[in-house]
Amino acid sequence: MDPAGNAFTDLRWVDLLFLGEAAIRTIQISAVSIFVGTVIGVILGWMLASGNIFVRLLVNSLLDVFRSVPLIIQLILFDSFVSIAGFPMPAFWSGTIVLSVYTAALVAMVARAGIEAVDPNLRRAARSLGMGYWQDMRYIVWPVGIRAVFPSWIGVSLSVLKDSALVSAIGYLELLRASQILNTKTQESFKIMLLVGLFYFLMSYPISKAGDYIEKKWQQ
Amino acid sequence: MDYQFLWRPVFKALPELVDAALLTMEVSIISMIIGLSIGLLLSFGRRSKHFVPRTLSTIWVELARNTPVLFQIFFFYWGLGEFGIFLSSYVAVVTALSFNTAGYMAETFRGGFNAISNTQMQASRSLGMSFLQTQRYIIIPQVLRVVYYPMTNQFIWVILMSSLGMLAGLRELTGETMYFNSRTFRTFEFFAVTAVIYYIIAKLVMIAARLLGWKIFKGGKI
Repeated sequence: MDPAGNAFTDLRWVDLLFLGEAAIRTIQISAVSIFVGTVIGVILGWMLASGNIFVRLLVNSLLDVFRSVPLIIQLILFDSFVSIAGFPMPAFWSGTIVLSVYTAALVAMVARAGIEAVDPNLRRAARSLGMGYWQDMRYIVWPVGIRAVFPSWIGVSLSVLKDSALVSAIGYLELLRASQILNTKTQESFKIMLLVGLFYFLMSYPISKAGDYIEKKWQQ
Repeated sequence: MDYQFLWRPVFKALPELVDAALLTMEVSIISMIIGLSIGLLLSFGRRSKHFVPRTLSTIWVELARNTPVLFQIFFFYWGLGEFGIFLSSYVAVVTALSFNTAGYMAETFRGGFNAISNTQMQASRSLGMSFLQTQRYIIIPQVLRVVYYPMTNQFIWVILMSSLGMLAGLRELTGETMYFNSRTFRTFEFFAVTAVIYYIIAKLVMIAARLLGWKIFKGGKI
């Protein structure tokens, strides 16, 4: 408490550093989740596009759950479940696991669309030229499909980056939670919220514009 | 695992949870209506020839799409306090969700209008229809067909996003669950039941939207 009897402190440069560190943690948890979620999601998407009816039905209804229940409830449920099961883990890991599964559920739809975007005749041509199934996948489906759905994948990644803010609800100190702490400390909520909005905007906007640029370039 | 699952408190609280689910629907429907209306205006603004409406709507759309919705809720709930503006949690959540929906729907509408070639407008004008008649009978029905599916998706998103109202103190479905959780400490049981309720709501909305779309578009592909 300062001599004037004011319990709150002013916004200082140190606080900006605090926000910066929190922004880095936001990027960390998003990057890990997007990476893991994309790998799992592509595999699931391949199962959705190529599996038999039972596989498709099973995977689809499973992923549907993750898309129909709010992320914050998934986070709280998982967090409380690991404590019940006797494996309490740091908020970073439970957050990463939930975000990765959530990402995978979204990426699976993108990956399926990508595989289905490839003209079947093109694939038949590849196979009749003597390519094996995986060669067809690697040299025909992958390059053609990725062009079709890369913009959607960017969209999914950006929404995961933004949704990582919800991990604050289970106690991970990322950008949004850092802003709440500063709010309580300084009571200068408007400035802090503007600053945090700017941080998020600077992370998200360049990626979305780069995605648009690549999309346009590939369409030529 | 020596945890005892206790479901009785959850079932005793079920009537309150269903009431809270109704509040969730109320918040979502109001936000969706406001968001759709503003989104339509923004999509016109983005295609405007004039600098001011074009810039303002572009800023709105980019801000809404490039910041987390939880941030937007916090902004309207706490961020305005410095100016002595204190929105209730209900108003703050509805404002934030409408702001967000408007941004996303503006882009969807823009895509919908772009999908309709300009020559249709010229053709119907030369047949003697007025501008508004053309919009009403030619353009809007086609745009509606294009944006209908993204629109229902967005509505389900709004329902899911409204769960963040909990963190701004709104007692919608998730907030109510948190309230019971803090009285009983049956976190897993309560949130598991709430997850099921959300799933049912999402499915019901989707089925209703499909049926409605089927009826509106006369069995055509949505």
